[in-house]
Amino acid sequence: MDNIEGKAWKFGDDVDTDAIIPARYLNTSDSDELAKHCMEDADPTFAGKVKAGDIIVAGKNFGCGSSREHAPIAIIAAGVACIIAPTFARIFYRNAFNTGLLILESAEAAKAIEDGHEVAVDPATGTIKDLTSGEQFKAQPIPEFMQKLLDDGGLIEHWRKRLAS
Amino acid sequence: MGQTITEKILAFHAGLDEVVPGQLIEARVDIALANDVTAPIAIAEFEKLGVDKVFDDERVLLVPDHFTPNKDIKSAEQSKILRDFVKKYELKNYFEIGRVGIEHVLLPEQGLVLPGDLIIGADSHTCTYGALGAFATGVGSTDLAAAMATGKVWFRVPDTIKIVYHGKLAPWVEGKDLILHTIGILKVDGALYQAIEMTGETIDTLPMYGRMSMANMAIEAGAKNGIIIPDEITLDYVRPRAKRDYKLFTSDSDAAYCRTIEIDVSSIRPQVAYPPLPDKSRSVDQAAADKIEIDQVVIGSCTNGRIEDFRLAASVLKGKKAAPYMRLLIIPGTQDVYRQMIKEGLTEIFLDAEALISPPTCGPCLGGHMGILAAGERAVATTNRNFVGRMGHPESEVYLSNPAVAAASAVLGRIATPEEVV
Repeated sequence: MDNIEGKAWKFGDDVDTDAIIPARYLNTSDSDELAKHCMEDADPTFAGKVKAGDIIVAGKNFGCGSSREHAPIAIIAAGVACIIAPTFARIFYRNAFNTGLLILESAEAAKAIEDGHEVAVDPATGTIKDLTSGEQFKAQPIPEFMQKLLDDGGLIEHWRKRLAS
Repeated sequence: MGQTITEKILAFHAGLDEVVPGQLIEARVDIALANDVTAPIAIAEFEKLGVDKVFDDERVLLVPDHFTPNKDIKSAEQSKILRDFVKKYELKNYFEIGRVGIEHVLLPEQGLVLPGDLIIGADSHTCTYGALGAFATGVGSTDLAAAMATGKVWFRVPDTIKIVYHGKLAPWVEGKDLILHTIGILKVDGALYQAIEMTGETIDTLPMYGRMSMANMAIEAGAKNGIIIPDEITLDYVRPRAKRDYKLFTSDSDAAYCRTIEIDVSSIRPQVAYPPLPDKSRSVDQAAADKIEIDQVVIGSCTNGRIEDFRLAASVLKGKKAAPYMRLLIIPGTQDVYRQMIKEGLTEIFLDAEALISPPTCGPCLGGHMGILAAGERAVATTNRNFVGRMGHPESEVYLSNPAVAAASAVLGRIATPEEVV
């Protein structure tokens, strides 16, 4: 994964998947369509303002609620490169890995980084730098098994290889 | 060291003698299910795997229940993807409109999910089946796609929180109230990545529908699964329905728990969870005192869409009418529930109360259709989530309750206690 540098968009605790992509838009799984409504019920202006490579910095339990994979799909299609939060809801956590959305757990970074700060992330080391404040953080390491799935190109590629051999 | 029921079911399905919390396992699934919102993505991912069949044509269950009867052209196209897939792979368990119900009411009722099963569903409320003594958990569409093809899924074995309920339930207090009260203690992330095992003398006598309401909302505390050890009550429910063999697991007396919470239920009153999170539960007396005026009441959903839930609502609504300008929606969970409502005269009571009786659907619970709220409107619902915009406009509000409180609130036009009406 390439290094990431973008603007931080801050959200609070317990951002649920209904806020990330409301059910009124779930009559499609088209990623570009979903992207137009990304985070709409948390910040209706977000989808219009976010730029490719930007970073969501949120509070605890990000992605709680529904299992809808439309949530990480909408976030990726909106251009978000990475989410930093103290914790992620468990289904969202799996879905993020399965859809290729980089998520990093760091309570310190999630607290310290302010809205609008420029942030750089090195996915290989989990290093998070707040370029505006100069602070640096280290995310929780990605579990070895999840890293292997990522290295394989995701769950579907992992199984495709296994089924072919 | 002993094992919890969750650990035993996971170990059994991973072909291991035992597992420990934190261990990564690859487990065999008994059932993989999805609905009309999540299956289209799962089907697209499945087709990338290059397999020519599902792992078992009787164990991949597709239930079009969310936006059905099709609410618009896009939803119709989503449902059609399911139907075409079912035809192509000759799946044996598919529920067309006319047979379909809300998945987590339908599948236990039809004996398709059973004690001891390992069940994954691309729907977060798949945890409902823990009420039967199964390990059941929600996953995303991609995890489901891999399981549809391989019959396998990976898990990190969770720690278990044991919740022991003591005492006798007060009048009008239901399984729904116990779980709302519990989520109020745990908070929405209090069981993150963990299992919740619900036990104790109160659970020993709690009927299946109440157990299903409880396991259903384990996810609202962030849990991986909620589970109740199967007993005679479970078997009375399962025996006449089961379509195949099943296995009973239990927790050992020396099993290890990461946390134990003891709850005396005798002083618990019916609960109301205030928006915008299911953990904002308060007593119905507090909610009644707050004089919260409402515009709509929804009775149904995978949490409270079973026949007993409608008996409870009818016992409050009998001889009463919904308040002026109140939209009272009754949504039976399945066709069998609907039929039973008619047989028992409940539909008559609801029609006399000027309720609208909807076909079985998730409908308004997730703000899909069949009862969406405008800005500034409030609903009391027997559903499971009250997030911002959950039932419609982001400036609308949802209060969660049991069916008796919902029915009483429909009559008085504000959040009310059942005692105020009956």
